[in-house]
Amino acid sequence: MAQNREFFYRRLHSLLGVIPVGLFLTQHLVVNHFATRGAEAFNKAAAFMEQLPFRYFLEIFIIFLPLLFHAIYGLYIAFTAQNNVSRYGYFRNWMFMLQRLTGIITLIFVVWHVWETRVQAAFGAEVNYDMMANIVANPFMLAFYIVGIVSAVFHFANGLWSFFVSWGITVTPRSQQISTYVTMGIFVALSIVGIRAILAFV
Amino acid sequence: MSENKTIRIIVTRQDRPDTAPYDEEFVIPYRPNMNIISALMEIRRNPVNAKGEKTTPVAWEMNCLEEVCGACSMVINGKPRQSCTALIDQLEQPIRLEPMRTFPVIRDLQVDRSRMFDSLKKVKAWIPIDGTYDLGPGPRMPERKRQWAYELSKCMTCGVCLEACPNVNSKSNFIGPAPLSQVRLFNAHPTGAMHKAERLEAIMGDGGLANCGNSQNCVQSCPKGIPLTTSIAALNRAATIQMFRNFFGSDEV
Ligand code: HEM
Ligand code: SF4
Ligand code: FES
Repeated sequence: MAQNREFFYRRLHSLLGVIPVGLFLTQHLVVNHFATRGAEAFNKAAAFMEQLPFRYFLEIFIIFLPLLFHAIYGLYIAFTAQNNVSRYGYFRNWMFMLQRLTGIITLIFVVWHVWETRVQAAFGAEVNYDMMANIVANPFMLAFYIVGIVSAVFHFANGLWSFFVSWGITVTPRSQQISTYVTMGIFVALSIVGIRAILAFV
Repeated sequence: MSENKTIRIIVTRQDRPDTAPYDEEFVIPYRPNMNIISALMEIRRNPVNAKGEKTTPVAWEMNCLEEVCGACSMVINGKPRQSCTALIDQLEQPIRLEPMRTFPVIRDLQVDRSRMFDSLKKVKAWIPIDGTYDLGPGPRMPERKRQWAYELSKCMTCGVCLEACPNVNSKSNFIGPAPLSQVRLFNAHPTGAMHKAERLEAIMGDGGLANCGNSQNCVQSCPKGIPLTTSIAALNRAATIQMFRNFFGSDEV
């Protein structure tokens, strides 16, 4: 590999985690939340998203390619760390470990989820309320979905915290502390949105 | 006097850089106010292990004996720290001594910290003041700034922060927190600032700043209380600006 690309790749990884992948995640959970208003509301919202102009362009450049880069490089980052929470049980070290762990869980979940929905749609299946209701009718799948959603949301929220450090926005310990409160607030809020949405299919 | 009081110490030993480590236990007589160094000296004076077998004295490094040189760093009861300021009375027994494995072990508790000094060279952690003629005095440093810069200058290259960092290991080439913070120190100096971009470019290279994953173990572990994570975040900001300067262009070289 070319020399001295690491800085660029890391910054790109950090940026893509928030824009667009993090924004997409938020948008996705909010749209799914329509399911709490009934099957019809959800189907309408999903159909609206499906009918967006330039759908394939948006899917490829706003979702798949950024996620693919972030996930592959993220795996590389995760496996170059030697976690040591048993020796250094500090809060931030736990968050460091969880950031990597939730990244891996999220990857497994997202691959499965995309296979089950988007790839099946490409094969002609219709993505709608009934499809999801069928999936989560299985209690194991429901548990898997809840773990996947909470992991992704934690990863995004805590990732926002480190994004602010990586770009030099939160420098002082105090600003980083407040950033912890704010991002954990985002974690709780988005988790509620995500879990309410998935439970609406049960 | 507590004549029959003893101290139990388990040392992770290693005879040569390429041989396997093994544990050896020692029981030594207690004296008041001992530290790890004086305990190791006691073992050196009478190198007999807990089983009563004669053994080789334990090898370790030391120099200042007042926590300013960093040479005596080792892992004591699971935490990397200086053995000269680790008091026996404050440690739970048996006391476990291990080398800082982040670095190549030379022998027993003695490690080779060369990589840290190489990193300091790589990031140009000095201030060039020589010219072909007398350059005269440099610009003055505001007192307030001098005070916080002094805190950063306390680093003794002990390696504790590298040992604590999950991203400094054999799978990565991360230079670790200490040399990064030194870049902030030298860039803060009014004369040092004349080479600011050069130092930033150095830490924007492979194994540099971007490898930090914010576990923040370093700032929790540094014996000198150096605000390492504040330095890293401040450098992240400087690197962001430098990145834009490099790409879009700037007259500040
Ligand atoms: C739902 C999709 C995902 C979102 C929204 C997301 C978001 C983020 C964000 C915002 C960051 C912080 C960047 C920074 O530290 O500056 C981050 C970091 C990270 N992500 Fe993701 N990510 C996602 C998926 C993944 C996946 C699938 C992996 C693969 C294992 C992964 C691995 C990582 C790792 C290891 C870091 C830590 C980087 C570091 O601290 O240096 N992420 N992610
Ligand atoms: S920053 Fe602190 S822990 Fe790291 S080498 Fe310097 S003195 Fe040791
Ligand atoms: S001997 Fe110098 S720090 Fe301990």
